[in-house]
Amino acid sequence: MNQHVTPRLNRRSFVVGAAALGGGLALGLDIPFGGPQIVRAADGSPEVNAWVVIRPDDTVVIRIARSEMGQGSLTGLAQLVAEELACDWSKVTTEYPTPGQNVARKRVWGDFSTGGSRGIRSSQDYVRKGGAAARMMLIQAAADEWKVPVAECTAANSVISHKASGKTTTYGKVAEAAAKLTPPADVKLKDPKDWTLIGKGVKRLDTADKVTGAMMYGADVTLPNMLNAAIKDCPVTGGKLKSYDEAKIAGMKGVKKVVAIDGTAVAVVADTWWHAKTALDALPIVWDEGENAKVSSASIGKWLAEGLESGPAYVGNENGDAKAALASAVKKVEAVYNYPYQNHATMEPMNATAVYTADRCEVWCGTQNGEAAFAAVLEASGLPAEKCEVHKLILGGGFGRRGQTDYVRQAVKIAKELPGTPVKLIWSREEDMTHGRYHPITQCKLTGGFDADNNLTALHMRISGQSILFSLRPEALVNGKDPATFQGLASSGEATIGYSVPNLLIEHSMRNPHINPGFWRGVNVNQNAIYLECFMDELAAAAGQDPLEFRRKLMSKNPKHLAVLNAVAEKIGWGSAPPEGVYRGLAQLHGYGSYVAGAAEISVIDGTKIKVHRIVASTDPGYVVNPAQVERQIAGSFVYGLSALFYGGCTVRDGRIEQTNFDSYNSMRIAEMPKVEAIMVPSGGFWGGVGEPTIGVAAPAVLNAYFAATGKRIRSVPLRDQNITFA
Amino acid sequence: MANLTINGKSYTLDVEPDTPLLWAIRENAGLTGTKYGCGIAQCGACTVHLDGTAVRSCGITVSEAVGKQITTIEGLASDNGLHKVQQAWLENDVPQCGYCQSGMIMAVAALLKDNPKPSDQDINDAITNICRCGTFAQVREAIHAAANA
Ligand code: FES
Ligand code: FES
Repeated sequence: MNQHVTPRLNRRSFVVGAAALGGGLALGLDIPFGGPQIVRAADGSPEVNAWVVIRPDDTVVIRIARSEMGQGSLTGLAQLVAEELACDWSKVTTEYPTPGQNVARKRVWGDFSTGGSRGIRSSQDYVRKGGAAARMMLIQAAADEWKVPVAECTAANSVISHKASGKTTTYGKVAEAAAKLTPPADVKLKDPKDWTLIGKGVKRLDTADKVTGAMMYGADVTLPNMLNAAIKDCPVTGGKLKSYDEAKIAGMKGVKKVVAIDGTAVAVVADTWWHAKTALDALPIVWDEGENAKVSSASIGKWLAEGLESGPAYVGNENGDAKAALASAVKKVEAVYNYPYQNHATMEPMNATAVYTADRCEVWCGTQNGEAAFAAVLEASGLPAEKCEVHKLILGGGFGRRGQTDYVRQAVKIAKELPGTPVKLIWSREEDMTHGRYHPITQCKLTGGFDADNNLTALHMRISGQSILFSLRPEALVNGKDPATFQGLASSGEATIGYSVPNLLIEHSMRNPHINPGFWRGVNVNQNAIYLECFMDELAAAAGQDPLEFRRKLMSKNPKHLAVLNAVAEKIGWGSAPPEGVYRGLAQLHGYGSYVAGAAEISVIDGTKIKVHRIVASTDPGYVVNPAQVERQIAGSFVYGLSALFYGGCTVRDGRIEQTNFDSYNSMRIAEMPKVEAIMVPSGGFWGGVGEPTIGVAAPAVLNAYFAATGKRIRSVPLRDQNITFA
Repeated sequence: MANLTINGKSYTLDVEPDTPLLWAIRENAGLTGTKYGCGIAQCGACTVHLDGTAVRSCGITVSEAVGKQITTIEGLASDNGLHKVQQAWLENDVPQCGYCQSGMIMAVAALLKDNPKPSDQDINDAITNICRCGTFAQVREAIHAAANA
């Protein structure tokens, strides 16, 4: 039975498990495999190495360092290990090592962070080696027992065979002996052409509990004597908590304590969360909102618009002399686009459960970055690493939001006020909507120039707006500038522009409003693909050319970009007439190392109602580990991206986010779901991401189809601001 | 104190009558399969059956549920195994993060009880749950599979 093992909630059993890991685990990152001393899992089964535990009954427990938030990489990573391990897939189960164990074992599992569509692509190499090394050790153990040369033994489906003698044994029988062996120094991986499990659309390993209600998410954690907390942080980021009148809620049912946190937030702790929330809503709170309370969407919009015209800008991609070429162009096209704030709105609101004593602090939560959550626990508790632990749970959605640790820190701070009592903090949906890490806001002015023969000679893109790195990873800025804002527009790297224009200038004028930005599924490709791909359509129209042919002429030096575009064009039947009343639009981009394209078919009723019939999507991620999951990620990314395009957009008034729940920040329903047809064209030789890149092509493909249908350009998101909605 | 019948079992819960049923189920009865997503009857994550009809449990109070048969995701399967909707969900590998799926499954189970062979339009009209992961294609496929099971 394939089932992900959720961490135990019984504290004693955890402590026993941790103790069983013992000391003396001097395993450096350079040799991430087992040592001569047997390391045992909590149930006593031997670790063949850090990635693989084999139980006597032949169950294979594969350790997964990255977080599962729906994207399916838990299953994909297990496939990568199992491919090399040559084990029986039906006996595979998975478990998360904890961040505390990773620290204690010198990061034997490497990076836990799960974002940037990196879950598989940046750990595929070492997890496959983990599987291969374990297989070699298991075979060696059998050969030793049989006293035959290891080269004469083979393994398949968890069974080791020695052909000459006819002997066979199973992984479960030799695991103890294998765990004592010195890990091989030289591990050779399979040639991709020999893969049998990688590339197969096997079912996910974490489904069973999700259909019965048994899957435990962070919000479901229940510990003995646990209390519950609801929280309100200052509605204006940068503001402070001034005062609150605790007496007004004294005696309300279930209330145990009111806690101020960091001078900006107040939490009510009660027996149940409903009591905590009810009391918090009744608590009179006075905020010192500060200067930021004067900021509005209009003031932000004005500030960004200024950045389109003046002030310093950081050049991200340049060749030729775009300004001079535009000055001498025979024909010029100019347009200004914008993209708003977006909330992640994970289905499960932010939450964490913490228990603190003077010498131990443990947290249970969904997190995209177990190590960052662990660091937050250390910082908030003031305890050293060996006294802290984080137990990761399956996430009820992440999309980038759970890479942040604000909610973890809050939970620990609250628990510190109630030593020894576990406290579960759950954000109300309203708190979650108004204290997000929003998709950054930007505007973009694009200018294109043509010569007398309608050849595009110059393109100038000037983006004005917010930098995520400035707020969240300032150490990644380059001389104070943010190279990530050019995602999908760069000249080299994993997110490049697919067009060769003789004179090109792409620049960014950084303007950072006080609203906290964050990594939101797709990150900067969301707006950059709209800007570039819708403008390419504008340029094609200005040149009187077919949007596909116009693009193709500029893409000869970028065959991988072109190949995915050609794939969707062919499948949607570009060039042949669409059905009556149906119109088509195209888009392509390179992001997260993958090449993707989309072609949409829509119809428009009265100019204001859009029916998205069908989107054909193609992706070249280098290798496809699980096509069934890739297909789901493509369709899922479209739901997320189109929800943002049609219904999304967070606005600012009096310094605070105005949208508070799904009534004002809506999300697509099944009736609005287009048919999604996925084409996978993995060309090999590189590993690209899957969860995010395709999100970028959905919106521009639909917007370009809208132009084809109506002759009108939409240059502003969301569509609800223009009274356009789903048909 | 309130007496509720959940999944055929009677519970005496220390809860005020105006408490949303969702929180009585999750916190007082300890059945956490029913999820909180919005609290304002928008998302459907909290869907349960009340006398066989799908309701959003965040939008009704405990007092409105007294005397009725409440079924949650934990009570959908029978002694003979999973409900056919759960089975179809497994076979079609529907969930991504899974957080919306308890509510989705409960909404679909109620739909199929009233309308054993729903058309795509019937599905569009009846199933209005939010899924931020975007599992709608698999949801539709699995509904048809369950209807034909
Ligand atoms: S939690 Fe009840 S409908 Fe969203
Ligand atoms: S599966 Fe994640 S919200 Fe539906």
